[in-house]
Amino acid sequence: MNGSWSRAFRVSLRYPRTWAGLVLTGVIAVVALLGPLLAPHGPNDIVGRPYAKPGGKAAFGTDYLGQDVLSRLLEGGFSVLVTAVLATVLGMVVGVVAGLVAGYAKGWLDEVIMRLTDVVLAFPQIVLALVLLTVAGPQQWLIIVIVGLSHAPRVARLTRGMTTTLATREFIQSAEAMGEPRGRIMFGELLPNMSGPLLAELGLRLTYSIGLVASIGFLGFVADPRAADWGMMINENRLALLVQPWAILAPVIAIAVLTVGTNLVADGIAAAAANADQNEEASA
Amino acid sequence: MTTASCSVAGLKVQLDRAGPDVVDEISFEVFPGEILALVGESGSGKTTVGTALLAHARRGARIVAGTVDIDGTELLGQPVAVSRKRRGSVVAYVPQDPAASLNPVLRVGYQIREVLDVHESGTPAQRDERVREVLAEVALPSDEEFLRRYPHQLSGGQAQRVVIAMAFALRPKVLVLDEPTTGLDVTNQAHVLETVRDLCQRHKVAAVYVTHDLAVVGELAHRVAVLYAGQIVEIGTKEEIFAAPSHPYTRALLAAVPSVTEPRVLTGIAGHAPSPGHRPSGCRFHDRCEYQQSECAEVEPPVIEVSGLLSRCLRAEHVRAQPNAVPMAAPAAECDATDTVLEVAGLSASYGRVEILHDIDISVPRNGCVALVGESGSGKSTLSRCIGGLHDEWTGSILFEGQPVPAGARKRTPQLRKSIQYVFQNPYLALNPRMTVGEIIRRPVILFGLAKGADAEKRVLELLDQVSLPRSAKGLLPVRLSGGERQRVAIARALACEPEVLICDEVTSALDVSVQASIIALLDDLRQTRGLSMLFVTHNLALVRSIATRTVVLEDGRIVEDGPTERVLDTPEADYTKTLLANTPRMATG
Repeated sequence: MNGSWSRAFRVSLRYPRTWAGLVLTGVIAVVALLGPLLAPHGPNDIVGRPYAKPGGKAAFGTDYLGQDVLSRLLEGGFSVLVTAVLATVLGMVVGVVAGLVAGYAKGWLDEVIMRLTDVVLAFPQIVLALVLLTVAGPQQWLIIVIVGLSHAPRVARLTRGMTTTLATREFIQSAEAMGEPRGRIMFGELLPNMSGPLLAELGLRLTYSIGLVASIGFLGFVADPRAADWGMMINENRLALLVQPWAILAPVIAIAVLTVGTNLVADGIAAAAANADQNEEASA
Repeated sequence: MTTASCSVAGLKVQLDRAGPDVVDEISFEVFPGEILALVGESGSGKTTVGTALLAHARRGARIVAGTVDIDGTELLGQPVAVSRKRRGSVVAYVPQDPAASLNPVLRVGYQIREVLDVHESGTPAQRDERVREVLAEVALPSDEEFLRRYPHQLSGGQAQRVVIAMAFALRPKVLVLDEPTTGLDVTNQAHVLETVRDLCQRHKVAAVYVTHDLAVVGELAHRVAVLYAGQIVEIGTKEEIFAAPSHPYTRALLAAVPSVTEPRVLTGIAGHAPSPGHRPSGCRFHDRCEYQQSECAEVEPPVIEVSGLLSRCLRAEHVRAQPNAVPMAAPAAECDATDTVLEVAGLSASYGRVEILHDIDISVPRNGCVALVGESGSGKSTLSRCIGGLHDEWTGSILFEGQPVPAGARKRTPQLRKSIQYVFQNPYLALNPRMTVGEIIRRPVILFGLAKGADAEKRVLELLDQVSLPRSAKGLLPVRLSGGERQRVAIARALACEPEVLICDEVTSALDVSVQASIIALLDDLRQTRGLSMLFVTHNLALVRSIATRTVVLEDGRIVEDGPTERVLDTPEADYTKTLLANTPRMATG
């Protein structure tokens, strides 16, 4: 069953957009992960007067406190990337399990799960996140859980839809007739048949996670207000957009490149999955 | 001699970008009032030829050479506007699936009239008149109530006759019918065939009837063109070809067709039909041919005439001279009727509030094969699903070796689930597309604890051998296999459970005749060598003759006849069985 996931991904590599996306994502990932090691200054070192133009000790100038923008850029990607990735994984796992169970079990369990997702879907993602963060206070793990769970209903809907179609196929009936355990039918027989669309969804959800995590940072909900965070950097320096644009543009460009990259990968996988389905239909 | 209504010469259709040819060197003529059957298996290019007669090629393909002369005017190479005018008026098309060819949101009357409107035939009043006339011709009511119906309010047979009415509406010279009876029950099929024959004769329409069903050909056609791998390998009158075919492929095909009158041993054709781009050099059939000689692989056989037949075989004379004997099955090995392995008593099944099956009693003797016959809606699939544990809304009793079988697979003991195995109708849906053949077959072996580790692997290979699949198939995904190969995998999966009873639900209906023959041969062999008992669900009475020891006929959820196969088919007692038999097409072989 591992095969179907790697195959879905391999097929998507035939599309140039997947490669472009991988390159863009890779560049930002390297910046975010290795950045802290390469930063010329500490994230809270004052290297000059506030809003100094690029040059001298600060290649991208300084921010509202006189901290080095480049150093904060290199420091601030890690938390965004890790938070977004963990939240996405959480949301996918919860959503896929909920969707599989709802779509396969049908009946009251399906009703309960899907009505619950309706409730969550009724709140805009960002509003839901803000309410909970305001109540509980900004903590990293909480951001991960909230962002993750806000994705889960959409993933669950997608998974449920695919499950109900697939579950009527005769190979599932055959497994039923043999008395294959239900868990195995869901995860061993059904799940691998969704690898393409789910991978595409993973890429898309990652894109949204990045945006959401950055927005939460922008709105100031970070555990440590002094720490560097791409989202918060935009907020901190937004008054000086015309005076020292780099303080804002640097994190904006980083987030933009990252989301465009993950989106392109998701797009490539989705296209490959759609094509693969067509080929299968054609041969049927 | 009259001139041909339709003459095709040197027709060639290619995949785009100078890709491989789909069909090649197709030449034939059809005369007014004549029905030419274009026979071939999947991938032979028969539909491609059919649509080429309307100057149409499916997406991705192009008509690159040849002429299609309809009623004295050339059809190919015309501007689109011109060919559109001819379509429907001079040459009409009846597609395979009537449900897909009628627009579900438009009324029947409107759709027939649309044909006349588009071609601006006559005055509006005349058009209305013509709609009624043409409906009467296809034996449908032509009152206002019927005209106002939507396609979903028609039965399958009615829908197909509406489509035929549309095709005949403008009195075309040539009619192309692409397997118009495939989805229909025998009774409906018989009516549709009757209608087509009658109309073609009456209005001197030349018909090209595309089909894979030789029994239908026997019933309907005047002449037959056999298509293999994109070429016409043999063409001649039906009588000549059926009596003594001059091409080995035709011979093999005829040997694969079951007959309702005699218990034939069906022989499949080894290997499978090559797809475009993978066709061998020389004679395209040589690698599967039993009359093959060394030159067959090198020389592309020219079309030669052998006493009235045109044949594309280097050894046509020799092949034609061979006696045309189909082996008959030895009288089915007597199985002890008192040794019952599976017994169904007083079973009534329902879907929700609707009762589908009423008070069914069936017993399957050990090592026997009981055929369950009926038209769609008779409840035969529901019955097999009840026994297989896939449908659990039933009352009554099912006994396996005297032990009661609970409804629903999950309520059954592993021993029961293992002993009763189900093989599905559509091999394209019955295998998980994401699992390799090896994984699919290994799963039940592990699940029922029949073997572990290396032993399980060995068992998988044994099973592949048993169903005559190459051992190399183990690592392949189902997509890479043909329909017949997939059905073999499904059978291997069932065998992996070491079952006592095999329920076969229309297992060959999605397959070509030659493939069907080899699957039937395989099942029969398994029954005899492994002592399997079988419940064989089918709508094909001819097939029953070749495989079943006992036949049960179902009508509307009730058993109307139950007896030894020979008795049921030779001297049917129930009216329903008689009707079914009368409507089953037969090949009148000489």
